[in-house]
Amino acid sequence: MDGTSDAPDGLLTTGDGTPLKTALARATRRAKLKAVVLVLPLLLFVLVTFAVPIGQMLYLSVYSPVFADNMPRLSAYLMANPVTEVPGEAAFEALVLDLKDARKNRTHAQVGTRVNYEKAGSTSLFKSTARRLRKIDGPPYKEKLLALKPAWDDLHLWTVMERAAHRHTLSFYASALDLGYDAKGDLVRAPEERRIYGLLFQRTLLLSALIAGLCLLLGYPVAHLLANLPLKYSNLLMVLVLLPFWTSLLVRTTSWITLLQSQGVLNDLMVWIGIVGDDGRIQLMYNQAGTVIAMTHIMLPFMILPLYSVMKTVPKDFVRAARSLGAGPVTAFVRVYFPQTVPGIGAGVLLVFIISVGYYITPALVGGSSGQLISNQIAFHMLQSLNWGLAAALGALLLGGVLLLYWLYDRLVGVDNMKLG
Amino acid sequence: MALPPHATLFERIWRRFYLVFCAAVFVFLIAPIIVILPLSFNAEPYFTFTREMLSLDPAGFSLRWYDRLLTYGMTAPEVARDTAWWLDAWANSQWLHAAKNSFLIGIASTLVATTLGTLAALGLSRPEMPFRRAVMALLISPMIVPMIISATGLFFFYSKAGLAHTYIGIVLAHAMLGIPFVIITVTATLVGFDRSLIHAAASLGATPVETFRKVILPLILPGVISGALFAFVTSFDEVVVVLFIASYDQQTIPLQMWNGIREQISPAILAAATILIIFSMALLTTLELLRRRTERLRGLAPD
Repeated sequence: MDGTSDAPDGLLTTGDGTPLKTALARATRRAKLKAVVLVLPLLLFVLVTFAVPIGQMLYLSVYSPVFADNMPRLSAYLMANPVTEVPGEAAFEALVLDLKDARKNRTHAQVGTRVNYEKAGSTSLFKSTARRLRKIDGPPYKEKLLALKPAWDDLHLWTVMERAAHRHTLSFYASALDLGYDAKGDLVRAPEERRIYGLLFQRTLLLSALIAGLCLLLGYPVAHLLANLPLKYSNLLMVLVLLPFWTSLLVRTTSWITLLQSQGVLNDLMVWIGIVGDDGRIQLMYNQAGTVIAMTHIMLPFMILPLYSVMKTVPKDFVRAARSLGAGPVTAFVRVYFPQTVPGIGAGVLLVFIISVGYYITPALVGGSSGQLISNQIAFHMLQSLNWGLAAALGALLLGGVLLLYWLYDRLVGVDNMKLG
Repeated sequence: MALPPHATLFERIWRRFYLVFCAAVFVFLIAPIIVILPLSFNAEPYFTFTREMLSLDPAGFSLRWYDRLLTYGMTAPEVARDTAWWLDAWANSQWLHAAKNSFLIGIASTLVATTLGTLAALGLSRPEMPFRRAVMALLISPMIVPMIISATGLFFFYSKAGLAHTYIGIVLAHAMLGIPFVIITVTATLVGFDRSLIHAAASLGATPVETFRKVILPLILPGVISGALFAFVTSFDEVVVVLFIASYDQQTIPLQMWNGIREQISPAILAAATILIIFSMALLTTLELLRRRTERLRGLAPD
């Protein structure tokens, strides 16, 4: 007999006698395995080139071994003896011997820089002390060092060194959140004039919200027009949306520099029309206005495309039916059309907001100093100040925010519903 | 969508306003890109229209900035333009060097992203795939995570792995950034894919590889190509990662433009931008033709 057959005990089996249930389970397992095998190479690739590097970055935001590695004796002392006052001879002996080694290995400046993150002036103190250590050739170390450099008689400095001696630290997050430690080692808010990151995060969120709002304001009517015109015309007009989308980001930023600079096209045009005098040219660039204008232009297609694809699916009869039932144009729009486009609004606004929050290039080129976003500060610490721990901590905070928004996007829109062009 | 004859005055005014508003937005979208084109032919080193240009006087226009693109970085740009001059340009022109890098890195990373991405999309579109949603979310995330964070992570990772300042490192990074686009476009094509075709092919005796080559691939090809185009453009336009992990040898066009804008901005940038705009117009046209082909294949559009 072939095909399914009735086994003596009443179970359904396949031709070779295996129960149907087992055969089905095996087939399902094989199908599952096939799907996994197809996805696996890419999954591994993304893990190695994306997830692992980011994980490593996150680790660097809490891991800073430079002090412990280069000042082993002092670190051991500080781990064993919590600092409550400027410590005694033993600590100074460890300090002097470690600093001598560090100078030999040329690492004393790095160590100083690590301490300098939390106490300004430490880099130069470490450097100048290390230079003159030759004069100290034996005990009493404390007395000799303090005679040489009285600045070491400072409780704040010692509490900072105690924290730096720990390889794992939260002090980068503290700085990223505008917190600091006082002389006794208690967590306090940074002084008013140095609370820059809170302000920067706030500005990033505000500007991103403003850009998303502007995009919605400009994009909604256009998407509506595109969705309701005959295909012949809308395809043509769609090119005007897609061309900017496909044009290099740097090209678009260059265009805005050309247009917005004080000797640029827009200002020339305004002078020529006579809105402003030749001496009253408006500063449209190297400030927040520049960032907002250029980024609204760059983000607009990201708003129009999702809105358009949702509006395409809204049946035109609904509004007509509402009108024929006596609704005015405003009522028909507010009560019938608008609610059906809300998913598109959600998708567009979230997408624009997510991309804007982490934007780097355009603010760096047209934002001046007042139009910089949080990403620019991360890049600054990565490439210029070389405070990588702080860059990583700021990056981790930004990443957390973006992932939260991404999760929201996935819940509301679904990543598999994302469409391009 | 013309107004019916019984439309009220308010509706007529509103409609006029709506159309003007939309037209203004279209101008806002396209004007910055169009304005660059004539300015790149400026005879003067200015970023605005000169009097000669506005009166269409040929003296106001020149190709000097395009020439500058070619000669910048050459050892002897002033000699007669014979074979040796062109060889010099090919070997030493900074913009050509950047263009060669951009194409090399772009093509290599597109190949990696498209191959891996297409395979994964095939797996993801199978209903049996476990943890489908979570895996999809992870694979799309390089598109969402701010570039600066990916670049920072890669900077640390590559300097330990010895991949900093290497072509391989940049190609891998760009492939990673392009993968979400391939996944999105190919899965979108697979949504309309009739799976019974696979069973039909199998029942007619085709091996899985044959089925893939002769049945699946031709049908999803438009999606694969448009995903590849997105991946290529992503790499071709990427500057943050290159800024963090490339050395001078791997300088690409966007990085060259970035440096140009930050250091000594000259209209040569506009000439480069014009070339890139024409390039993106060509890409857009290709993509549009592909889209029409997909619709025809699926029988969505009668024309």
